[in-house]
Amino acid sequence: MTTASAAVRAVPAAAERPLLDTWNVFVREMRPTLRDPFSLIFNLLQPLVFLGLFGPLLIGSFKAPVGETLTWFVPGILVMTVLFGSGSTGANLLMEMQTGSHERTLVAPIARSALLVGRALKEIAPTIAQAVLIVAVTLPFGFRASPFGLLAGLVLLALFGVGLGSLSYALALASRAKDWMFWAVQQSLIFPLMILSGMLLPLDDAPAWMRAVASVNPISHIVSAERALLTADLLSATVLKGFTAAFLLAAIGLAVGIGAIRRH
Amino acid sequence: MNDPIITARGLSKTFTAARRTVTAVTGLDLDVAEGELVAFLGPNGAGKSTSIRMLTTLLPATSGTARVAGHDVARDRAGVRGAIGYVGQGNSAGHNQRVRDELLSQGAFYGMTRRDSARRADELLESLNLAPLARRGVMTLSGGQKRRLDVALGLVHSPRVLFLDEPSTGLDPQSRAHLWQHILQLRRTAGTTVFLTTHYLEEADQFAERVMVMDHGRVIADDTASRLKSRLAGDTVTVGFAGPEQARAGEPVVARLAGREPDRVDAVTLRVTADKADVLVTDLVRALDEAGAPAARIALREPTLDDVFLSLTGRSLRDTGDAPAPDHEPSETR
Repeated sequence: MTTASAAVRAVPAAAERPLLDTWNVFVREMRPTLRDPFSLIFNLLQPLVFLGLFGPLLIGSFKAPVGETLTWFVPGILVMTVLFGSGSTGANLLMEMQTGSHERTLVAPIARSALLVGRALKEIAPTIAQAVLIVAVTLPFGFRASPFGLLAGLVLLALFGVGLGSLSYALALASRAKDWMFWAVQQSLIFPLMILSGMLLPLDDAPAWMRAVASVNPISHIVSAERALLTADLLSATVLKGFTAAFLLAAIGLAVGIGAIRRH
Repeated sequence: MNDPIITARGLSKTFTAARRTVTAVTGLDLDVAEGELVAFLGPNGAGKSTSIRMLTTLLPATSGTARVAGHDVARDRAGVRGAIGYVGQGNSAGHNQRVRDELLSQGAFYGMTRRDSARRADELLESLNLAPLARRGVMTLSGGQKRRLDVALGLVHSPRVLFLDEPSTGLDPQSRAHLWQHILQLRRTAGTTVFLTTHYLEEADQFAERVMVMDHGRVIADDTASRLKSRLAGDTVTVGFAGPEQARAGEPVVARLAGREPDRVDAVTLRVTADKADVLVTDLVRALDEAGAPAARIALREPTLDDVFLSLTGRSLRDTGDAPAPDHEPSETR
C-alpha cells in the first residue's frame, strides 16, 4: 500500500480541466446504463409510443401526405425527448443529494461546469439512439431527412439539453430542503413550454396571445430550427435563431447552475 | 518541526435563515501536524461539521483563513480538493452504481490514469474487505459495507489528509470496531493525517491522539484525552453507607478529606470527585471508621471525556448527544 501511495502522490495535484472533467462525469453517469442496457430499451420505446399514438391523429387531421406530416412531426418528437430527458437531470440529482454522493463530487477537484454538462449529456446521449431509431422507423412511411441536417440537428439538441439540464440541476439544488418543490416547478413549466412551442400541434391557427408567448419561448425557435435542419434548410434565418436561442439557454443555464452550486 | 498540514486562524461561519442569524463557528484557531489523528468532539449543532465543511472547501467561511496541505481554502479550492480525502455524513457512492465502478470513477475525478485507478481500486477493495462485493450494486450493501466503501472512495487518490465527518454514526458496534481497525491501519501504513468529528465519547477517548472539544461554535479544550481527563475531571468516588444516619454522619468526613462537598445520590449514598482518588479511598475508609460512620461499599471510577465535557460546560454530552440539535438551521442552509 505504501509503495503504491508514493507512486500516486508523485502525480501533481489535479487541477480542474473542464473538458476531461466533463468526460469523467459523463462516464460515471453512463456506467449504470451500460451495465444494464435493458433500461435503455424503455427509454427508446417512449418516443415510438408517442409517434405511434399521436402520429396517426395528426396524419388524419392534416390531410396532407403522410411523409410531409412526419417531416413536420418527427423533429418535434426529438425536441420533446430532450425536453423530458434533460428535465430529469435534476430528478436524478435529488436522489444523489439525499445520500452523500453529490457532496462527494463537490469535494473532488472537478470543474463545476463539468458537473452540470456531464450530467446533462448523459440525459441527451440516448436521444442520439432515439433519433436514429425514429428515422429508421418512419423512413418506410415517407419521412425524409438530410443526413447533414440530422447531424446539425443533434448538435442543436445537445446544446438545448445542456442548457435545460443545467437549469434542472439548479432547480434541484434550490429545492433540496423540500423535494416536492422540484416536481411542482418542473411539472408546471414543462407542459406550457411544450404546448407553446408548436412541438406536437401547430400554432398557426392559435389565438394571437398564444402565438405571442410562443415567439418568446426559446423552445419554439429550437423546434422551428430543428424542422428546418431536417429538411436540409441549413443556412436559413430560422436555423440561426434556433441556435441563438439554444446558445443563450445554455449560457444562462450554466451561469445559473454554477451559481447555485457555489451558493449551496 | 514541519509546517502544520492544517491551519486555521479566526475561522468563523454565520448563517442567515428566516431573517435570523445563527453563528455556527466562532474564531476557530487550529494547527494540525502531518500524521496526527485529531477528533472534534461535541454535541450535535456544536459546529463540528461546519468546521470540517469549511476546511474541505464545501462551505465558504464568513471570516478567517485556513490552509490545508499548503493550499488556501478560499483562493485555491482546486488545490485543497486534490490533496484531501473526504468522507461525509451521508454515503458517497451512487445507489445505482456498482462498487468497483465508483472507485474507478473516483480515480478519474482525481486525475489518475485508468491503470492506476484500477490497481488502487483492487488494493482498497482487498484491504477494506470489500473484494467479494466489487461487482455488486451499491444499493444492495449493508450499512457497514457502505461505510467501508465511503472510506475507500476517500482514499482512492492516497490523500495526505483524510477528513471523516461522523464516520461511525448509525453503525452497529461490530461494524464500528471494524471501521476503526481500518482507519488505524491506514495511519500505520500510509501515515495519513486523519481529522474526524464524532459525538461518541468512547471513540474519541480510545482512538484519537488529540481531542478538540467543541461547544456552541467554539473549541473549548484541545489536548490528549488522558491529559484532558486528569486536568479537567477527577476520579469519582461513590461511598455507600448502611443507613441514612451513617450517611449524614459521614458527609462532613468525606467533605473534609476530598476538599469539596459531596453530592447526595440517595439517602445512603454520597459521591465526590477527587484528583488522587486511589489515595483518598484508603484515608476515607479509616476516617469514616473512626467517625463511627463506616462505609458499607466504596466504588472508584476513572473519569471519561463526558466528565471533561460536564466540567467544561455544566452539561453532559450523553444528554445532548441524541437530543435535537439546538441550532439545526445550518445543516439545512448549507
